[in-house]
Amino acid sequence: MPVTDVTSLIDFDSLLDDEERLIRSTVRDFVDDKVRPHIAEWFEAGTSPRELAPELGRLGLLGMHLTGYGCTGSSAVAYGLACLELEAGDSGLRSLVSVQGSLAMYSIWKYGSEEQKQEWLPRMAAGEAIGCFGLTEPDFGSNPAGMRTRAERDGDDWVLTGNKMWITNGSAADIATVWARTEDGIRGFLVPRGTAGFTTSDVHRKLSLRASTTSELTLDGVRLPSSAMLPQARGLSGPLGCLNEARFGIVFGAMGAARDCLDATLAYAGARTQFDRPIAGFQLTQAKLADMSVELSKGLLLALHLGRLKDAGRLRPEQVSVGKLNNVREAMEIARTCRTILGGAGITLDYPVLRHANNLESVLTYEGTSEVHQLAIGQALTGISAYR
Amino acid sequence: MSLRIVVCVKYVPDATGDRHFAEDLTTDRDAVDGLLSELDEYAVEQALQISEASDDAEITVVTVGPEEANKDGLRKALSMGADKGVHVVDDALHGSDVMGTSLVLAKAVEHVGYDLVVCGMASTDGTMGVLPALLAERLGVPQVTLLSEVAVADGQVTGRRDGDTATERLAASLPAVVSVTDQSGEARYPSFKGIMAAKKKPVEELQLSDLGIEADLVGLGGAWTAVDSADARPARTAGTIVKDEGEGGKQLAAFLAERKFI
Repeated sequence: MPVTDVTSLIDFDSLLDDEERLIRSTVRDFVDDKVRPHIAEWFEAGTSPRELAPELGRLGLLGMHLTGYGCTGSSAVAYGLACLELEAGDSGLRSLVSVQGSLAMYSIWKYGSEEQKQEWLPRMAAGEAIGCFGLTEPDFGSNPAGMRTRAERDGDDWVLTGNKMWITNGSAADIATVWARTEDGIRGFLVPRGTAGFTTSDVHRKLSLRASTTSELTLDGVRLPSSAMLPQARGLSGPLGCLNEARFGIVFGAMGAARDCLDATLAYAGARTQFDRPIAGFQLTQAKLADMSVELSKGLLLALHLGRLKDAGRLRPEQVSVGKLNNVREAMEIARTCRTILGGAGITLDYPVLRHANNLESVLTYEGTSEVHQLAIGQALTGISAYR
Repeated sequence: MSLRIVVCVKYVPDATGDRHFAEDLTTDRDAVDGLLSELDEYAVEQALQISEASDDAEITVVTVGPEEANKDGLRKALSMGADKGVHVVDDALHGSDVMGTSLVLAKAVEHVGYDLVVCGMASTDGTMGVLPALLAERLGVPQVTLLSEVAVADGQVTGRRDGDTATERLAASLPAVVSVTDQSGEARYPSFKGIMAAKKKPVEELQLSDLGIEADLVGLGGAWTAVDSADARPARTAGTIVKDEGEGGKQLAAFLAERKFI
């Protein structure tokens, strides 16, 4: 009897407590019911399932690891497992939830004023308001310190000018956290949708994350009251702290995409016959399946280890880099190898593998490219920064 | 006075798992994961809706089953929003049939105290669907089964039963037993807050002696039915392919008629 869940190879579930398993199976059921039947259609049409946001909110998925203001207040491991199940559905869906919870909501929760928290967090937790996070610019990706977007004082007001690029949820957002250069260093600002001078345009012709909204934000003399600034964030450590949160979710999420590929491939290999036998019975196929399952198992254990460290308050940024670097890289390799087992069927949207592989291309470079994570690890190992 | 709702739920082996019989010809529960019977989720959902429409209601979920029935069965119902649980667990229960289970449930429901008992339409493993009727009989209260719509008002439970040829509107005075179908409304997902809160909800563990039940009335020995033998289902054989060379329709019809499908 073949396994129905490849993570049973190492009895991964035995490492989780009852609550973690119930949260995991709830998200898995939700994805099976609400995402899986439609995801190929959304991906092909290039539409983001924005309408799922209130349902994600009802479950408690949005800002789930934050406390108060209508947020769930779950453990980091539970949040990671939720990301894993969401990304088993699609990286675009996980991106929506990551950006909402770990970037947009986290930036307000961590650095916002009490008024800003009261105004936005309960609505964002409920999925009634969507947030985005504007840090990256057309010319400043891995080097956000060079950003050109600036905020200038005009009386009591701030005036923001600049462009932000590759912004997930951008045009869907009711509220944007925008980072800008000031005389006082880099500061964050909350820019509501519809503010004069603030416009968005979507990135089209994407071959990856097609079920996710990616936008450019244009700030053309956007006037904001002084209360729009996030008072507790000064300097680049503010946005980088948010990114570290989101990367943590990716460490788990990428393994979800990989697991989904492997589950689909195991089923396919068992049913597909060539030379009068299932291709799952061929040694070369079994070698691939074994190697992929081993990598998945290692990635899951690493993710869980980092989650336990985070819950203990001991997770360091370079450790998140270890997780993101390894797990996204291995997930891509798994997705591509699965594709070889599926043959021609693997290039269609009838199977999830090339969709996942293409999505993971984005996941590989967003929220810190693999190279940046290698350098973060390199710096931690040697004490020498290679890029500063 | 608060409306006391009791929901009877079953912890069943996952139907997608590889299910086998154990040596004593009962289901081998160790070999396959268990979960809350999906059809019972509809019962929990309806109980929650009745509770939400009422000023003051309390929902108790009752299950009879092995040790794991608490964490993987009851906990899910509590996570969905039920207030407390009762778990009857006793080695002597192993192998009980519906007669034994209904006896234990009846005693457990009486132990809790109830105005309304809500059941699913059938279990997803045994799929008999007779338990609600047996339970009502044992409790000596009215039964209104297989409802696709249910409500409580003014000391009455009312509902709609959709039959093949007629739709019935039914009512019974409380206390009563109802069962609800999978058409009664999609069951909610447990919210994460609900999952976290469920940990703190009380679950009372009872043994047969706590309910005053003689062990020989339940379990394999007390069962009214017995499984004499069981064989694994034969492997699926290749299907018949009908090539349409003008007579395809007739061949299909003959195939179906031969197997008494038409």
